[in-house]
Amino acid sequence: MTALALRRDGPGTVKVPGPRRRLIGLVVALVALLVLLVLSVMIGSTAIAPSVVWDALFRPSADIDQFAIRDYRLPRTVAGLAVGAALGLSGALMQALTRNPLAEPGILGVNAGASFAVTVAVGLLGVRDIGDYMWFAFAGALVVTIMVLALGSTRQGQSPVAMVLAGICIGAVLGGAREALQLTNPEAFDAMRSWNAGSILGRPLEIVWPILPFFAVAIVLAFAVAGPLNAMALGDELAVAQGVRLARTRVLAVIALTLLAGGATAIAGPIAFVGLMVPHVARWIVGPHQRWIFAYSVLLGPILLLASDILGRVVMHPSEVPVGVVTAFVGAPVLIALARRKRASGL
Amino acid sequence: MSAVDFGRRVLVLRRRRIAVRLERRSVLVCTALAVAAAGLAVLALMTGSYQLSAGQVVSALTGGETGLVHDIVVEWRLPRVVAALVFGAALGVSGAVFQSLLRNPLADPGLIGFSQGSYTGALVVILVVNGSYLQLVGGALLGGMATAVAVYLLAYRRGVQGFRLIVVGIGVSATLESLNIWLILKAELEQAMAAAAWGAGSLNGVSWNQVVLGGSCIAVLLLLAGMSSRPMRQLELGDDAAASQGVRVSPARLGLIVVGVALTATVTAASGPIAFISLVAPQIGRRLARTGGITLAPAAFVGALLCLAADYVAQHVAPTPLPVGMITVMLGGGYLGYLLFTEARRRL
Repeated sequence: MTALALRRDGPGTVKVPGPRRRLIGLVVALVALLVLLVLSVMIGSTAIAPSVVWDALFRPSADIDQFAIRDYRLPRTVAGLAVGAALGLSGALMQALTRNPLAEPGILGVNAGASFAVTVAVGLLGVRDIGDYMWFAFAGALVVTIMVLALGSTRQGQSPVAMVLAGICIGAVLGGAREALQLTNPEAFDAMRSWNAGSILGRPLEIVWPILPFFAVAIVLAFAVAGPLNAMALGDELAVAQGVRLARTRVLAVIALTLLAGGATAIAGPIAFVGLMVPHVARWIVGPHQRWIFAYSVLLGPILLLASDILGRVVMHPSEVPVGVVTAFVGAPVLIALARRKRASGL
Repeated sequence: MSAVDFGRRVLVLRRRRIAVRLERRSVLVCTALAVAAAGLAVLALMTGSYQLSAGQVVSALTGGETGLVHDIVVEWRLPRVVAALVFGAALGVSGAVFQSLLRNPLADPGLIGFSQGSYTGALVVILVVNGSYLQLVGGALLGGMATAVAVYLLAYRRGVQGFRLIVVGIGVSATLESLNIWLILKAELEQAMAAAAWGAGSLNGVSWNQVVLGGSCIAVLLLLAGMSSRPMRQLELGDDAAASQGVRVSPARLGLIVVGVALTATVTAASGPIAFISLVAPQIGRRLARTGGITLAPAAFVGALLCLAADYVAQHVAPTPLPVGMITVMLGGGYLGYLLFTEARRRL
C-alpha cells in the first residue's frame, strides 16, 4: 500500500505527508475530539459548574443540574460522536467507491429513503415517538440503497455512475411522494419540518445504543475494503490485474456506507455536509490513501458535528439552532475557501 | 455537393447568407414530440370539471365558439397549457446549457444555487415581510439572481473553472437549504405550509399576463441560446480546444450561464421552482435523438412535453390537485430510472 503514497511530481505536485506526520495529525485530531467531547458536556443553555458536571458523571445524585447533564447533554454528546463518525466515514466510502469527489451518501438515496419512511410513519401510521420512527428511517434508508444498488447493476458489476443516477431517480420519486403526503397532511408536515433540520437534541441513549452494533460492523467492513478501494482508484482494469474482486468490494462498501449513513440519519435526521466535506479535509491532510482517509474521517466527522452542535447552542442563546443547520453554515465557507485554493482537489 | 460523411444523415437548409444544418433524426424526434405535445394539449383543454369534446376545443381555438366554451378554453385553460409548454421548454434548454457547460449530466441551474436562493427570497417575503404576490415574485428573483452572482464571483479566480463552480455552488446551496429549513421551522404552521406549497412549484393561477410576459422573455432567451449553441458545442471539447477554434472562452461561458439562469429565473418567477425538468429533459432528449452530446432542440421539446404531461397528471389524475413540481419530480425521476434500467439491460 505504500506504493500508493508516492509523491506525484510535475505541475500539480501533491505533497503527501509521510507516515509519521500522518500519525501526529491523527493524535492531534484525537485530542481535539476529546476536548470537544468535554466542551459538549460542559456548555449549554444553562451554565452548570464543572464540579457539578463531574459529580453528575461519576457521583450521581438527584440534583436538577445533574439531571440536565445525564439526561440531555451526555446522550446528545454520545449521539454527536456516533453520528459524526458514521457520516464522515460513509462519505469517505462513497467518494472512494464512485471516484467522485462530490459524492455523498445522500446521493445514494439514503436521506430520501429515510425521510419518506418517516413521513409515511408519521403521516399515515400515526407514529409519534422518535424512538419508534427511527426504525422506519433506518429501514427506509436500507431498502432504498438496496434498490439503488440493484438498479445500478449490470451483469458486469455495479457501475458507480449508474448507481448515482439511480439514487437521484429514486430520491426524486420518493421526494415528490413525500412532499405530496406532507402538503396534504399538516400534522405530518409539522413533525417533519423539525426532523428535516437534523438534530441530535432529545435523542436519549436508548435510541443510540441499538444502532452502535451496526456502526461497528460497518467500520470493520470499511477498513477491510480500504485496500481494494485504493487499487480501484487506478481504474477497474488495473485493480483486477492486482487481484481485486470488484463486485465483492463494491457490495461490501455499499453495505458499510448504507449502515453508517442509514444509522446516522435514523438517529439525527438528514445532516448535510458532514459526509461531503470531512473526506475532502481528510484527503487534503493525508493524500490519496484510503485507509488513512477513513481513519481521519472517523475522527474529523464528530469534530465537525460536535463543534457545530456546540456553536448551535451558543449563537442564538438561549434558543438553539439545530446542528444540521449549523453544519452547513460552518462547512460551506470552509469548502468554498478550499475550492478557491490553487489546487482544488481531484480524487 | 461533395460532402464529408459524418456518419449521420443531415439536412442543410440554405437561404442566401444563412445556412442551418439539422440532423435528420433530431428533426424527426422533435416533430414527433411536437405532435405528441399538441395532442396532449388538446386533451388538457378538454379535461376539467366541465368536459368538452375535441371538436369544441378546436373550434374554440380557431375562433368558432363564443360564450362559455370560448371562455373556458381560451381564457381559463389555454394560458395554463401554454405556460406548461413554454416553461417546460425553457427549463429543458436551461438544463441543457448547464449540462453542456459543466460537462456533467447532473448539472442544472440549481447547482449554482439558483433554486435554493429563489426559495430563500420567497420564504423571506412570505414569512418575514408577509408580502403580496408581486413581492413574492420579486423576492424569489432577487434571491435566485443574487445567489447565482455570489456563486459566480466566489468561484471566480482568473476565470471560472467548471469544477470550482460546482463545488462553490454546492456549498452555497447547502447553506441556503439549511437556512430555508430553519426559516420553515421557525414559522407558524400555516405560513410554513403556504411557503412549502410555493416551493413545490405550481401552475395554479397562471394568467395570460404572466404567460405573455414570461413567454416573450423566454422567446428572446431561447433565441440567444440557439445562437450560442455553436460555441457551446465547441466548449464541450475543452477550453483549450475551443479557444484554438476561435471561441472567446470566458465571455462565451459567462453568456451561456446568464442565458441558462435567466431561463430558469423567468419560470421560477411565474410558477415557483418546478423541479427536475432541467435535469431530465436534456438526458431524455439526447437518448431519443441519439446525439453524441447535449443538444438544445430535443431538450426543449422533451421539457415542454414533460411539463404539460406533469401538469395534466397533477390536475386530473392525482386524487387531490397537487403542485406540478411534485409530479415532475416523480415522473422525471421514474422515467430516467426506466431509461437507465433498459440501458443496463441492453448492455448485458
